[in-house]
Amino acid sequence: MSSWTAFRAIVAKDMKTYYLKPPNISWGLIFPFAWMLMFYLRSRTPLDIRELLPGVVAMSILFGTTSMLAVTITFERRSRSFERLLLAPLELSLLMLAKTGGAILFGMLNAFVPIVVAAFVVDLSGVLWLAVIGSILLIAATSTFLGLFISVAVHEVFEAQTFSNFFRFPMLFLCGLFIPVSALPVFLRPLSFILPLTYGADILKAAINGEGILPLWVSFPVLLLFAAGLFLFSLRNIKRKWVL
Amino acid sequence: MSDQRAESVSVRRQDGERPAEELLRAENLLKRFEAVTAVDGVSFSVHRGEIFGFLGPNGAGKTTTINLLTGLARPTSGTMYLEGREYTASPKRAQALMGIVPDESNLYDELSGFENLSFCAALYGIDKTERKKRAGALLEQFGLKQAGKRPFRAYSKGMKRKLTIAAGIIHRPKILFLDEPTTGIDVASARRIRSLIGELNRRGTTVFLTTHYIEEAERLCHRIAFIVGGRLVRIGSLEELMKEHQQETVLELAVEQTGAQLLNALRRRFPSYAVHRPDDTHLRLVSERSIELLPLLGAVAEGGAEVTEARLIRPTLEEVFVRVTGIESGLMRQEREGKKK
Repeated sequence: MSSWTAFRAIVAKDMKTYYLKPPNISWGLIFPFAWMLMFYLRSRTPLDIRELLPGVVAMSILFGTTSMLAVTITFERRSRSFERLLLAPLELSLLMLAKTGGAILFGMLNAFVPIVVAAFVVDLSGVLWLAVIGSILLIAATSTFLGLFISVAVHEVFEAQTFSNFFRFPMLFLCGLFIPVSALPVFLRPLSFILPLTYGADILKAAINGEGILPLWVSFPVLLLFAAGLFLFSLRNIKRKWVL
Repeated sequence: MSDQRAESVSVRRQDGERPAEELLRAENLLKRFEAVTAVDGVSFSVHRGEIFGFLGPNGAGKTTTINLLTGLARPTSGTMYLEGREYTASPKRAQALMGIVPDESNLYDELSGFENLSFCAALYGIDKTERKKRAGALLEQFGLKQAGKRPFRAYSKGMKRKLTIAAGIIHRPKILFLDEPTTGIDVASARRIRSLIGELNRRGTTVFLTTHYIEEAERLCHRIAFIVGGRLVRIGSLEELMKEHQQETVLELAVEQTGAQLLNALRRRFPSYAVHRPDDTHLRLVSERSIELLPLLGAVAEGGAEVTEARLIRPTLEEVFVRVTGIESGLMRQEREGKKK
């Protein structure tokens, strides 16, 4: 139980000191809201908004988690406060789950902003909510663990930002959200299937609009594998690089 | 008197009073970073209830040794024990019994003093009620009660260091690792921190202290190890280290007035002593054997002078350090201050 006391304290501390700071809250609200508004103004019918919803949800999560986690961990490593956590009697896996927990929660909260906004302007009946929530959780987890992977690879805060964009933008255009995978050039298509967001976006598209190209029983396990793989690979790197 | 310390001034702990029960043991610790050997086969024990000092210049391997002992780094080879249990491969259980205060305060700027202490207690699984109680008590003990609600970033360097030490002991560790605790802070804060370290030790906390201030080690530590180039070159109590290098007896007499006549009379009377006159009111006698005080006092009186004070002078730890390591202690300090800037 004592490990869970530490776990809860780390998540609560990170939420308070990083994620629930006014600039982040405003970013978390304004970013998805602005995207929704932009698409709403461009849409001819309410149906268009529903079609665009999976993309905005996925983007909100991706942008709300990856760089945030990479930056906060890199910042704590620079200020050496991360050493305090490494020296606590807490297993490394639990410690890193606690450190990523705040970002996952923040990403999930971001995801619900466009959904709530959309609920006021379009009919969301027929949405598979369980699948939506499950995919939001898994997209938030994979994006956060991608941030963790980045934080282990860099030393400076600005490197974390740059490196995050290096992953995020190609992922956004190759995952099928705005350009269907089938419409991508043939040589790029295999690339989209090695990106976790492709599977998360496909679940969202299937759950909201019934337009997925892969069955849910394929996308969910693959996304779970991506999350577990990124987390375990990052843990291995942390043990090698941070516990010298 | 400038380079040596009078025994009569010394206010030190009594080593004989402490039982030598082993708390922490390191055996042949070796740490290599590619071609560089940072710690080279270091072995020592830290006794329960003592302040164990680790002295050495920059790059000697002090911080690497602390990192190995606390689990922040893995040894290339060697073993470590805490309370008789080996923890080399899995240090998590041992970490619960350790408090670590790094050479730079590393608490969270955004949190208040109270929140920082409470968070650190939570990392060790302490429940909320107990966390509040301990944080409040420590803020009081460390004279930070008034600043408890202020964010850590608003603290002075001395206050930051005090709070970092408080954070290191909030879970009541068996052993507290202090890495250069008084470096870079003002004299008054350094004094207060030394006093706090002494107080913690008197309350039963075992302390592993690295410092480049030799006088700090001399004042606080029960036993001291000298580390140079990753190797332990000497280890022992202050008395043991001094004794090894006490090659001669030095006696200083304070007299009302000294003159060439008295100096020559003493030299004639005691040919086996080297007699010096450092200034107009002092005489210093150096002998390879012990010095008989009564005949000496008699001879001074016969010379028409009166002795107001007699003090036995012994070498300082600084001199012992320089003799053992061949490194000037001032150089160590300069290096350190340079690094801080």
